[in-house]
Amino acid sequence: MQLVYFASLREALGCAEENYTPPHDVTTVEELIRHLRTRSDIHAAALHSSKMLRVAVNQTHAKPDHPVSDEDEVAIFPPVTGG
Amino acid sequence: MARISVQIDDFDIAAEIAALQNGDLSIGGLVTFTGTVRDVGGTLDSMTLEHYPGMTEKQLQLIAGQAEERWPLAGCTIIHRYGTLKPGENIVLVITASAHRKAAFEAAEFLMDFLKSEAPFWKKEDGQEGSLWVDASDRDTVALERWQKTKTE
Repeated sequence: MQLVYFASLREALGCAEENYTPPHDVTTVEELIRHLRTRSDIHAAALHSSKMLRVAVNQTHAKPDHPVSDEDEVAIFPPVTGG
Repeated sequence: MARISVQIDDFDIAAEIAALQNGDLSIGGLVTFTGTVRDVGGTLDSMTLEHYPGMTEKQLQLIAGQAEERWPLAGCTIIHRYGTLKPGENIVLVITASAHRKAAFEAAEFLMDFLKSEAPFWKKEDGQEGSLWVDASDRDTVALERWQKTKTE
């Protein structure tokens, strides 16, 4: 899947976009976040608070139980502050 | 169909009003909201806005569609800038047009409340103490919940 990061999360991870294949047992947004935390200490710290994370699957806001698959574009970012 | 634009350049409010009105004599009221870069303490050098190209336009179109379903609008315009902006500069413009003012006022407020909570923009303030990402405000969530509770008309 294509993982996209924005704002403070992009800076914390030092990455704007990456192609990534999670393990097969990762089927939802929540499972993906939980898995990504195990990739490194930096990931664990940056993704630590679920309350401070928002996720969009294929450019639509998604809840924790939303399914994710390998063809998806999954964006992870802090709460938005536009306007 | 709403006019949606996500752009670096500034916007011309009078030209946008004229474009939305476009000779439609059924329009009796237009409401405009302009959001600008605030610098309360005199410590802000500039503000940089980042967004999610593709999703931003989609999300603004979705929000505009919800407003058009909810109120009898003749049309609406949403323009949001990104990039680096100085204090006092324009950030966002919302214009709503309707036969009567109530629908136009309410729809403009609805659009701003949803935009602030759902459009993928992030602000970073560059000032004397370095660069800091702006935290999301709980007030924005409260403003959104109000619309989910009250269904007008």
